[in-house]
Amino acid sequence: MNRPQDRIPGWGADLDRANRPAVPMERTPPRLEGVHWSDPPPQQQTNVEILQSTEHFKRPPVFGTSVPPRGLSGWIRRRAFRHSENDLRHWLMLLFADRVDVVESMVSDARRSPRAKSAVVLVGATVVAACLLRRSGY
Amino acid sequence: MLATTYRRPYRVAARHVPDPVIEHPMDAIVRVLRSCICGSDLHLYHGLVPDTRVGSIFGHEFVGEVVDVGSEVRNLNVGDRVLVPFNIFCGTCYFCQRELYSNCHNVNPAATAVGGIYGYSHTTGGYDGGQAEYVRVPFADIGPTVVPPGMHIEDAVLLTDVVPTGYQAAEMGDIKENDTVVIFGAGPIGIIAARSAWLMGAGRVIVVDHVDYRLDFVRRYAQCEVVDFRSVGDMAIHIKKMTEGRGADVCIDAVGCEAAGSAMQQFTGVKMKLQAGAATVLHWAINSVRKGGNVSIVGVYGPTFNAVPIGNALNKGLTLRMNQASVKRHLPRLIEHIQEGRLDPRAIITHRAPLEEVSDAYEMFSRKKDQCIKTVLVPPGTDNVAPIAAAPTNPSEVSP
Repeated sequence: MNRPQDRIPGWGADLDRANRPAVPMERTPPRLEGVHWSDPPPQQQTNVEILQSTEHFKRPPVFGTSVPPRGLSGWIRRRAFRHSENDLRHWLMLLFADRVDVVESMVSDARRSPRAKSAVVLVGATVVAACLLRRSGY
Repeated sequence: MLATTYRRPYRVAARHVPDPVIEHPMDAIVRVLRSCICGSDLHLYHGLVPDTRVGSIFGHEFVGEVVDVGSEVRNLNVGDRVLVPFNIFCGTCYFCQRELYSNCHNVNPAATAVGGIYGYSHTTGGYDGGQAEYVRVPFADIGPTVVPPGMHIEDAVLLTDVVPTGYQAAEMGDIKENDTVVIFGAGPIGIIAARSAWLMGAGRVIVVDHVDYRLDFVRRYAQCEVVDFRSVGDMAIHIKKMTEGRGADVCIDAVGCEAAGSAMQQFTGVKMKLQAGAATVLHWAINSVRKGGNVSIVGVYGPTFNAVPIGNALNKGLTLRMNQASVKRHLPRLIEHIQEGRLDPRAIITHRAPLEEVSDAYEMFSRKKDQCIKTVLVPPGTDNVAPIAAAPTNPSEVSP
């Protein structure tokens, strides 16, 4: 009773490789239904800036358009994409750009936040008041 | 709409963003009914994946209802309940023609080494993800699969990544009857890999981790042996002692780049980023598997490099297999397994949270609080959605 086949429900159901859906690793033709286009599929159109790997010799037909590059981080990202995926600089510059993006976004969030605006006004008013008091000899 | 947006390392927030739109004639828009937080989302959350831009919407495991389709979509209708594989793929390129859907060449301008993935940085194509109320789904005629009648929505959402990835991990190990399989990682993928190893006829399944509640869970759920690596001096020696000195027939890495277990690997890989994450499990797997054995890798690593004992792999004559799961090719068989009761994925779900509380949900998962294994996110207004989709009504059977 300690044998796995005696205690595990479904043990060996896929022992036969014919039951394993990814055997062989490369399987042609694919078991896909409903493909009514040929390669390449129609090209997606966009006005969004898309950064493209130098290892892609043409724009892939479909892509995401989330969060285009912007600000200093965007400039670094554009520079990073001058280097291939094979070049370590590409990835290190992207990681650096990610950190710059975080700082830029925190500044941007603070600008939009009413609480941050109030804090800036309060600090500014305090500094001005302190300067005026000091000039007045207090 | 409300969506999970990245703010900075260790910080995501539910924010209101514009709804997605059809951008290509083969797109669909899906209203998300359930989504999950994946272990690999934590690599994004921790700021380890290059080109993760502030404001990106996370989430690559989701099910939903089709609410709009592009002009060239023929196989999907508004109102269909669909599970959406985490891979975005075209179905016609060189790689898709070989069923390597996760390696599709037509969906990711930013990189050639990886295909397109929802909500997983610009390195995987810059697509918004499914931890949101709505999501754009490209190639809607072949990517999404209509949820089979009778299937629970929480089983369906786990079929979008966790179950196929765990299953493919076992499959890439090329398990033979009575093989000893060692799985590193008792997270959701490792748990499913353990169950899948039995389906493929393993004789012994051993799961290695250091989180007590996860080891307890996998011992019960997968009826396997467990090893707490904190109580083991040397992993390779320990596995060899358990296997008459030979080593395991198959080792599976279900952890990836944030593995615990080696201070040096953590420092160089995670803290200093001198390599693409901590390669602890790769070391353990290569050194614990027997000569001529198989190492299967589904844990995620960065795109730069890792220091691994490749010389040992050569001298031992190992076969190394790895890939992101090609979800679509596994689905028919995995649906059969669920319908026949051989797999019960939703038993691994430990938490359900409103999308509005996604920030807390990430923090809990990241810190392994409250015995968290798998969290499902519930978008606003979907609490009362039927867990099992109603079967399509045949008009001829409706009484007048």
